[in-house]
Amino acid sequence: MHVPDGFLDAPTSVATGVVAAAGVGVALRKARAELDDRTAPMAGLVAAFVFAGQMINFPVGAGTSGHLLGGALAAVLVGPWTGALCISVVLLVQSLFMADGGLTALGTNITLMAIVGAFVGYAVFRLVLAVLPRRAGSVPVAAAAGAFVSVPTAAAVFTLLFAIGGTADVATGKVLAAMVGWHVVIGIGEAIVTGLVVSAVIASRPDLVHGARGLATRAPLVTSEAAA
Amino acid sequence: MRGTMTRQRRFLAIGLLVALLVAGVGSYYASSHPDGLEYVAGKTGFLDSADDPVDTGSPFADYGTKGVDDERLSGGIAGVAGVGLTLLIGGGLFWVLRRRPAPQRQD
Repeated sequence: MHVPDGFLDAPTSVATGVVAAAGVGVALRKARAELDDRTAPMAGLVAAFVFAGQMINFPVGAGTSGHLLGGALAAVLVGPWTGALCISVVLLVQSLFMADGGLTALGTNITLMAIVGAFVGYAVFRLVLAVLPRRAGSVPVAAAAGAFVSVPTAAAVFTLLFAIGGTADVATGKVLAAMVGWHVVIGIGEAIVTGLVVSAVIASRPDLVHGARGLATRAPLVTSEAAA
Repeated sequence: MRGTMTRQRRFLAIGLLVALLVAGVGSYYASSHPDGLEYVAGKTGFLDSADDPVDTGSPFADYGTKGVDDERLSGGIAGVAGVGLTLLIGGGLFWVLRRRPAPQRQD
């Protein structure tokens, strides 16, 4: 969903730039509470992993493809503020080094994929987790639900920005239907990848999963820590 | 504590290896179809409003490596470089932001 330069006019790009800068600014302060000696390297790994995951486009039919956005995944693994920063770093690297996502559209892309992606994904994750049984096995399911919703939501927000400041004269309704329709399908891929990755991490290191805190992650880890 | 640190390192090493393999090897097999946004832009008629990407002087534009002709190698190097850069910038940022451990409490 990387927006190139030119899709949105200058005022809209400046506005999303301001939103992105403010969001990243707040995240830089709030992320401190989520990061310590153990979780900081994990967060770096999550950013690197999302970069890698975004390279894998999967076909979704009719000659189109989708790839992991990673906002919900990062938010569940390392917390929403740190997760938003993870995606922002990925987008920065992509626009600076890979010519993927325009430089003037960096604020738009951070707004859509880092801020909307991580926070919508995390909010839905929390809501779904609250109604599921309180055990670690519920975490990947809730993460997948958050991931699924986050993708068409980001697509809808893009359409809103396009309606406000799109440079081409195309009917908003047409863009909205196509964007949300295709991104519901891509969201299924996002949900599968997110669910699988979260369950793999839960299986090996449940203590490293931010979204699994406070759930029964079994005693041995706690006792081995206390005994050391 | 030592056991925990070793397990932590092992987990991080395996995770990084997976990321490098996905970006360096797996990406070659990714679909080359346009992504959702690009496809919709083409279908509904606003794809032409995109500007050409600004040349930042990076050798990895479009996930290829300048000067490397072999497609598999070119994309692989770009993928590994991207993972490395993301880890460096992200890891560095998070390490600086982290809360420092409080002094050990004597019980």
